[in-house]
Amino acid sequence: MKKLILATTALALSAGFALADGHAKTIRMGTEGAYPPYNFINDAGEVDGFERELGDELCARAELTCEWVTNEWDSIIPNLVSGNYDVIIAGMSITDERDEVIDFTQNYTQPDPSAYLAASADVDVSNGVIAAQTSTIQASFIAASGATLVEFATPEETVAAVKNGEADAVLADKSYLAPIAEEDGEVMLLEQEELIGGGVGMGLRESDGELREKFDAAIQSMKDDGSLNALIAKWEVGAQF
Amino acid sequence: MFSYCTDPEALSGLRWLSCYLTTAKHAGFYWSFLTVLTLLAITAPTALAFGFAGASAARSAFAPFRWIGKGYIAVVRGVPDIAFFMFFVIALDQAFEWVRHQWKCPDWDAPIRQGNDFVVCAAAKLPLGTADQWIHEVYGFFTAALTFAIVFGAFSANVLFGAMRAVPKGQLETAAAYGMTTRQTFWRVLVPQMWVYALPGLSNLWMVLIKATPLLFLLGVEDIVYWARELGGTKTARFTDYPHGDWRLWYFLALLVFYLAFTKVSEVVLERLMKRLTHGQATLGGSS
Repeated sequence: MKKLILATTALALSAGFALADGHAKTIRMGTEGAYPPYNFINDAGEVDGFERELGDELCARAELTCEWVTNEWDSIIPNLVSGNYDVIIAGMSITDERDEVIDFTQNYTQPDPSAYLAASADVDVSNGVIAAQTSTIQASFIAASGATLVEFATPEETVAAVKNGEADAVLADKSYLAPIAEEDGEVMLLEQEELIGGGVGMGLRESDGELREKFDAAIQSMKDDGSLNALIAKWEVGAQF
Repeated sequence: MFSYCTDPEALSGLRWLSCYLTTAKHAGFYWSFLTVLTLLAITAPTALAFGFAGASAARSAFAPFRWIGKGYIAVVRGVPDIAFFMFFVIALDQAFEWVRHQWKCPDWDAPIRQGNDFVVCAAAKLPLGTADQWIHEVYGFFTAALTFAIVFGAFSANVLFGAMRAVPKGQLETAAAYGMTTRQTFWRVLVPQMWVYALPGLSNLWMVLIKATPLLFLLGVEDIVYWARELGGTKTARFTDYPHGDWRLWYFLALLVFYLAFTKVSEVVLERLMKRLTHGQATLGGSS
């Protein structure tokens, strides 16, 4: 009898382990959901956009189960390092300052020039009032230039600030501003562009080296077979590789 | 949702609007009202319990309890809400995980703090890495409710502390003269009479709490203000079937109506409660 109990316990235990193995950890992908074409919430209420397609494909190639979560841009890095999700995939440019806190994969877009969107073509961007989203490369760029910086929590508010006259222009990634300028007669892109940032990459915890290598390899394989270029062309997020 | 919604571009006027307002994304917006109401229903009694415990501790005769109660009131009231919500919740979550880590993975040798990272063993993660998305959402919701309860608990502790001191001293002395113990005096004389002094302060807190829910999105819970901002933002035709300009004004107007209606109902209920509590009391309100 005792042996039987032992055997059943052993069986139950090993079954438990097998179950744990089969049900692998879900990788949680954190994004902002407010920055088309990179990421946005579609009519069905789901995360959509360039990074949604890219992320799903990368997870498939790395053989990972992935889940999408949205988080406010302001607290997106603190929530990553404390482990609320595992990856930031939110149009985040690779910069040295961010690299001190988190790790990046290789870039999956070319450095996208930042453009100015203004209500008229004769705005003086070096002395005027320029809007930018908080904690972005554009915000630090304006802060370092001679212009007056006004910061907003979401990209949407930066554009609204230009339309209602609070700011003279907004500086953001060109691929975000271009569709807005195209459809809205009130605003236009200025000719002047700024080359800042080193391309967009996925952000991971510094202690998650293994996961970073998996995604790095998946990005590389998408670069090699041209599928990344096809996605970049489809969503118009800058130059191809 | 409706059968004619398959081609939104061909629609106009009310039909377009009826399709637009019934997208799955709008369903998320409507559900978030329920999220907010549930949060309030859980937070308000919990905060009151925290407040009662804090106030009782602050007037305790036993010094260490008094220090804890007064410390809680002073610290939490003094820290800005937004700082509290950005850092305290993360710290709370990490504290839970740290305790579980000590318990479940005693032979783990890697450090938990690695630079900026907080790394615990997979079995100690909360919720588990293998858990479904809805479990993460429920967990996030409850950490949010707990944080709200702690913050508003500190404010209500201060209100109740004041209310306890406002009960006429003669009442307590009489109770003692009748031979009641300290505990009996507290529960039978002090507590029933203090509510009337506490209610105006507590009703203020309730009103503030109703309007504090946008802080939820800092914690990853999508509340009504988040959805109003998201839905009302300019939508270009490339990314949606229902392009429109900046409609945030209309969405916020809808929220305004919701909040006004909700606070009005609260006022009516609180007014009635006040009447009932003051009944027969030796105060100006009780004599009318």
